[in-house]
Amino acid sequence: MKTLLILGAGTGGTMTANQMARHLDPTEWKIIIVDRDENHYYQPGFLFIPFGIYTSGDVIKPKRNFLPPQVEMIFSDIELIEPDENRVRLTRQNRVIHYDYLVIATGTHLVPEETPGMVDGGWRKNVFDFYSVDGATALNRFLKFWKGGRMVVNVVEMPIKCPVAPLEFIFLADWFFHQRGIRDKVEIIFATPLPGAFTKPRASAILGNMLSERQIRLESEFNIMEVDAGNNLIRSYDNREIPYDVLVTVPTNMGADVIERSGMGDELNYVPVNKHTLQSQRWENVWVIGDASNAPTSKAGSVAHFQLEILIENLLRHMEGLDPLPKFDGHANCFIESGFEKGILIDFNYDVEPLPGKFPLPGFGPFSLLKESPVNHWGKMMFRWIYWNVLLKGEEMPFESQMSMAGKWS
Amino acid sequence: MTNQISPLLQSVEFDAEGFMTDPNAWTPEIGSAIAQALGITLTDRHWLVINFARQEFAATGQPPTLRKITKSTPVDTKEIYQLFPGGPAKTAARIAGLGKPTGCI
Repeated sequence: MKTLLILGAGTGGTMTANQMARHLDPTEWKIIIVDRDENHYYQPGFLFIPFGIYTSGDVIKPKRNFLPPQVEMIFSDIELIEPDENRVRLTRQNRVIHYDYLVIATGTHLVPEETPGMVDGGWRKNVFDFYSVDGATALNRFLKFWKGGRMVVNVVEMPIKCPVAPLEFIFLADWFFHQRGIRDKVEIIFATPLPGAFTKPRASAILGNMLSERQIRLESEFNIMEVDAGNNLIRSYDNREIPYDVLVTVPTNMGADVIERSGMGDELNYVPVNKHTLQSQRWENVWVIGDASNAPTSKAGSVAHFQLEILIENLLRHMEGLDPLPKFDGHANCFIESGFEKGILIDFNYDVEPLPGKFPLPGFGPFSLLKESPVNHWGKMMFRWIYWNVLLKGEEMPFESQMSMAGKWS
Repeated sequence: MTNQISPLLQSVEFDAEGFMTDPNAWTPEIGSAIAQALGITLTDRHWLVINFARQEFAATGQPPTLRKITKSTPVDTKEIYQLFPGGPAKTAARIAGLGKPTGCI
């Protein structure tokens, strides 16, 4: 009996387990998936919690519901991965699992402790994150009765999970304060280490305009050194200070601790992979999907989904002694909420930045690329249903894994 | 570029953003001249970073990120911002004759 071991049962791990369960003969292969948390989180939904659009109940379901019966699910922390021995040690009952193939899907995590002063004093009082259920819920409680003042949204350092989410948060905040009738009492500042609103030039220019239209101040190339919770201000390495009444932070993102403990990661605990095949650079039976790898694309569920088909094909090829195919092109696709029931869609890869056009059907859409439209917003709201019912199970989606230039204007 | 440009740099090719197009054409003297043109006088602490960036590029084909530099050399984040004002990873890569760090997505 051979073993395929999957570490992490988030978006990437769950989709991989579902797909591989269909392909592998159960008399020959055992599939085991390990995760420490019994809950599956619909992470794109966290963004809506601070504004009362979703509650925590909308974004949490039991992990077990999304896995086929033949997959063994173990809830445990991972003590150590020993890739030279093809072995993983779990903390629960000191269990040791020997594997033939390992898929790492341990994701990326917030590390607010990386910024001095962040978790002192103001944490979850007037300093919040919205990338966790607890943070988003605490922020909702704060914003519900806030009388206004200065809100500073700060990205600590790149890369971050879902790099458009801070902008979406700002657009939704602008809308939310309008709805509450206090927009004129709220000043919004976006402090980012990037030179502009976003990483890719065309999208950055358009999104930057959307910020200024909404009277949102952009403080670019702001590399935060510390949170001075006593004085309610953030300070950069080049000694710029921005005072806040409420600080919404996107803390440093890092891969799982176990990656570092096991000596498998880079300086941010991401596993180095071949960016086109998703195979580990060091161990040929170790593969990585989603946020856990160092592939230079966005850390986002859509990316894990586009990687899936290529990962599955390459695993199956490798099991047959064939070379993996370098087919992953870095494809990412993001709905960006822009407030007032509108949204933007962007579609890009390693080589091509987001361009205007229609998606997924060239010329028809229904989604407009790099342009605000109500349809894009409803696409995003529909996506929660698609996520729970189609995507996690690894069912077919009407999008190609590789990016297409059809219907785009360059 | 505030200071006078050294004649040494006249035969060196740069891209539109001021990064050397051929990292192999780099010498420590060229590095000093680039730094000077940027208004930076190189000290031993600068060289720790520049030499590490060169090594890292030789090993991986990529200039190191800021975090990689501060994790692998005795220079911490605060100091590196003083040594290379502005974007330290970018400025260090420029002086080390390397391309622009890919950084963020």
